[in-house]
Amino acid sequence: MIRRAIPFPLLTLALLAMWILLTGFSPGHMLFGAAIAAMVSRTMLSLRPERPTLRLGRAAVRLALIVFIDIIRSNIAVAKIILLRPPERTSGFIELSTALRSPDALAMLSIIITATPGSLWVQHDAHRHVILIHVLDLIDEQQWARLIQERYEKLLIEIFE
Amino acid sequence: MIQAPDLPTWAAIIVGLLVFGGAVITLLGAAGLLRLHNFYERVHAPTLGATSGMAAILAGSALCFSVLQTRPVIHEILIALFVTLTTPVTLMLLARAAIYRDRSEANAGVPPDPESGHGQPER
Repeated sequence: MIRRAIPFPLLTLALLAMWILLTGFSPGHMLFGAAIAAMVSRTMLSLRPERPTLRLGRAAVRLALIVFIDIIRSNIAVAKIILLRPPERTSGFIELSTALRSPDALAMLSIIITATPGSLWVQHDAHRHVILIHVLDLIDEQQWARLIQERYEKLLIEIFE
Repeated sequence: MIQAPDLPTWAAIIVGLLVFGGAVITLLGAAGLLRLHNFYERVHAPTLGATSGMAAILAGSALCFSVLQTRPVIHEILIALFVTLTTPVTLMLLARAAIYRDRSEANAGVPPDPESGHGQPER
């Protein structure tokens, strides 16, 4: 019964929480926000009936920490490249095979890679399970493959698959 | 301190440093648009402003309004969340458009489309 009225309880709750945080707490806003959250979350029904598996445990916390550290590190690296313009630097595309199959995990990986300065997600080939990324400071392809496969993919598999 | 007369000096200094630092980092990212060589390299530069530049400015904002106790820090967390989730989508879209164009014009320096080797896509 509740499943049918509110098919995405987590999304509905998040929308309601956001509404209250942005408008301030009052009974009227609580009611209004709940109505909007219930309606808006229902639009997801037409977008994707598939239910994502998501385990928010230790792996999710570790992934968040790792990404946080990597973003700070690559911020410094990219800032150095822009300021100093090292002449021997080369940028380029890398093809990496990926072990991820779940679309949610792939979406998360694409956001992590692109949000990190210095690397950019370009393409995912679903037939060969290969992703194409562009790297600003390409020194060692193997190192990038290891970074993504061991630091991110393992944890993403734990969270999403 | 005309805008926030109630802000104590220590907080004003930290807030000022955070906001200034964030602005400098964002400016550096913008400078990257001029200094890097091709489109795919330039896409990397603005992420400086979208990550640490944004984080520093938001940290300054959170500190300022927490010390003044006008409202909780939640707004900054929401801003950080939405910027982090939406900026990569825009950048990926730009990169996809660029690589599509480069491939259709057969420009050098772009890897071939792996999808084209498969003939008709599976249905």
